[in-house]
Amino acid sequence: MKNQPGDFISSLWRFFSSLKLTIFLLIGLAVVSIIGTVIPQGTPPPAEYLQTISAAKFKLYGTLGFFDMYHSWWFILLLYLLTLNLVACSLRRLPHDWKSFREPVTVLDEAQQKNLPNVQWWKVSGNAAALERSVAGLLGREFAVPTVTKINDEYHLFAQKGRFSRFGVYILHSSIIIVFIGAMIGSLFGYKGYVQIEEGQSASVVSTIAGTDLDLGFAVRCDSFALSFYGTGAPKEYRSVLSIIENGKTVVANRPVIVNSPLTYRGITFYQSSYSQAGPPSFRFTVRNRKNGDARVITVTGDEPVALPDGRTLVVTGFAPEIGSIYPGFSGPGVQVQVAAKSSATEPFALLKNYPAFNADRGGAYIFTFEDIAQKWRTGLQVTKDPGVWVVWLGCFLLLTGIFIAFFFSHRRIWVRIGGGRVVVAGSTSKNQAAFRASFEELVEKLKKD
Amino acid sequence: MSSSLLFNMTTICYFAATVLFFAYLAGKHRTIGLAGSIAACFGFLVQTLAIGLRWQESYAMGHGHAPLSNLYESVVFFAWTIVLIFLLIDVKYRYRAIGAFVLPFALLAMAWAQLMVGEQKEIQPLVPALQSNWLLYHVVTCFLGYAAFAVACGVSIMYLVKVKQEGSTGNAPAGGLLSLFPPSRVLDDLNYRAIMLGFPLLTLGIITGAAWANYAWGSYWSWDPKETWSLIVWFIYAAFLHARITRGWVGKRAALLSIIGFAATIFCYLGVNLFLSGLHSYGGG
Ligand code: HEM
Repeated sequence: MKNQPGDFISSLWRFFSSLKLTIFLLIGLAVVSIIGTVIPQGTPPPAEYLQTISAAKFKLYGTLGFFDMYHSWWFILLLYLLTLNLVACSLRRLPHDWKSFREPVTVLDEAQQKNLPNVQWWKVSGNAAALERSVAGLLGREFAVPTVTKINDEYHLFAQKGRFSRFGVYILHSSIIIVFIGAMIGSLFGYKGYVQIEEGQSASVVSTIAGTDLDLGFAVRCDSFALSFYGTGAPKEYRSVLSIIENGKTVVANRPVIVNSPLTYRGITFYQSSYSQAGPPSFRFTVRNRKNGDARVITVTGDEPVALPDGRTLVVTGFAPEIGSIYPGFSGPGVQVQVAAKSSATEPFALLKNYPAFNADRGGAYIFTFEDIAQKWRTGLQVTKDPGVWVVWLGCFLLLTGIFIAFFFSHRRIWVRIGGGRVVVAGSTSKNQAAFRASFEELVEKLKKD
Repeated sequence: MSSSLLFNMTTICYFAATVLFFAYLAGKHRTIGLAGSIAACFGFLVQTLAIGLRWQESYAMGHGHAPLSNLYESVVFFAWTIVLIFLLIDVKYRYRAIGAFVLPFALLAMAWAQLMVGEQKEIQPLVPALQSNWLLYHVVTCFLGYAAFAVACGVSIMYLVKVKQEGSTGNAPAGGLLSLFPPSRVLDDLNYRAIMLGFPLLTLGIITGAAWANYAWGSYWSWDPKETWSLIVWFIYAAFLHARITRGWVGKRAALLSIIGFAATIFCYLGVNLFLSGLHSYGGG
């Protein structure tokens, strides 16, 4: 009868434990993953992208979950199917592998022998017991010490190597599930957030990307923030100095945090992620009268005009923390300023902090020197808690271990039967048939000579 | 002597090796094949020296980082890893003809690197995100994996050419230059072995990348296009390995899958930066 429930269940079982499904899922995952690399991801998706597609497309993509593809129900379903496939496949094969591990076939019958790719036999004369001893000795030296079974007048020898390698694939496959579990722990019990802290201030609440505010249970203070540049103008380092205050006590003091060197406290990790200006910069200049040498220090904050001794004003119209890319060969911070009267202004000119004399030859009533700059910064920290990350690393470690065992070790077995005036040698390997055949034939030659 | 001079020499060596391997296929002189291998080996030594020198030059400039930080340096390193894997196979199996299908990848990479101009070739200081030892582990493992896949792809192309010829001339052994190809059975096996080498390396590359991302950005996986493409490549080769076990997927289909896998690898390495946007800085500028 068809359509019996037992039939249905066993065909379902065969479907879920089949390698065909594995290949289909792996290729399927590879193909659909492309979508999310072509369509920009995000909720909501980036506005610039939305402008390039039609309303109909937008609706379609939205319905299909293409804007957050890797979390869409159908992508997650594929991952679940892969997991199910893995578990089913392993469960189907494990009993057999376990049995042959615990109770290896030490006596090979004719039928089993027929299925093996490497079998050789030859006629011998002489005492079977003496022959058994010398074959066992040679096997022990050349391969592995055999177990000997005597049945009637026949001796059965069995030797094996690398039997543990059968489990490499199980380690490998379960490691993938462990990685998934780690990822799940992270998404259930962890969070990702963001906090901005002005120099000198502290914060104890972060806003998560899920949109909620979260109390850390302690406060993080930004003692200072600094950025530095290479001569080319490329950024060299972003450095926040952070302290952690818990119950009024400073538990971590003045710890520098830079990109690639985060700070972890109570499982919560702070990463240097961005920065912004907390208020406009203020610049200190020396203004020296070209005629009489009278000097005065003035401070300009942001783009506020500041009065000069003669009633005109000084305005800062531009600022670069590193001018190397604008003035090749020069380095350090620079500003662009203008001297303005009621209805007119000079051409903008540059002042460089590291070159006090840069402005000396400009002409005009004053010589300006750029003395210093004061800027209050706000550091931007990514805040992450992920209790699953160690599970993920454990999974990764097992993944590598499993691959290593599965790829570079093999389970090799050799059977010898002595009796009835014949020696029969059979061998099998779980991997790398060609190399095994060569060493099998070498071994047979040695046995024949013996 | 400067590293760029040595890189020029390297390119010339790989060019010579490629020409010699082609001549070997055409003329079947064993000495020419040997000369091809020697040219490749010499080029490899010169390139090793050049990479070391460039590393030293970066110290002299006060930057002091491994030469793996921009597109130019990565392309050069890619060529180096391809020739490394080729030489290992050459020493182990001695099928010289493989050189004609693998060395062109290395030559192409070097030639492209040599054609880059000015700023692209300069030794640049590292931006904050790249200032990490993980850069070294990540890039080296990824590229060794890519190189193994390149060799697998070269061998697969040979396989397809060979079986096509065998098919059209009946069962008779193929004549002409094809007689120098290793037997198709061997090519199929080499394809598998190269992927067995590449797959663990790519796995290690993805894991070191994840570890680095976790350290630098607080997230070991963020579905950035480059990350996703490396996973796509990984899925393809995992499918290849499983397809092999189920039988039926040896030979032609395996060769095709290997070529598709390498195409995806190249897209992951270069295409992602050229066509898509993301966190990875290679090829961006
Ligand atoms: C991302 C998912 C997977 C990866 C990366 C993976 C990886 C591997 C690798 C590297 C091998 C060794 C291949 C070889 O020895 O040439 C292997 C073998 C195998 N895999 Fe998977 N696998 C995955 C999923 C699955 C699934 C879902 C199944 C379930 C049916 C499965 C079943 C098998 C089987 C039966 C073998 C052969 C074991 C043997 O040689 O005795 N794999 N897998």
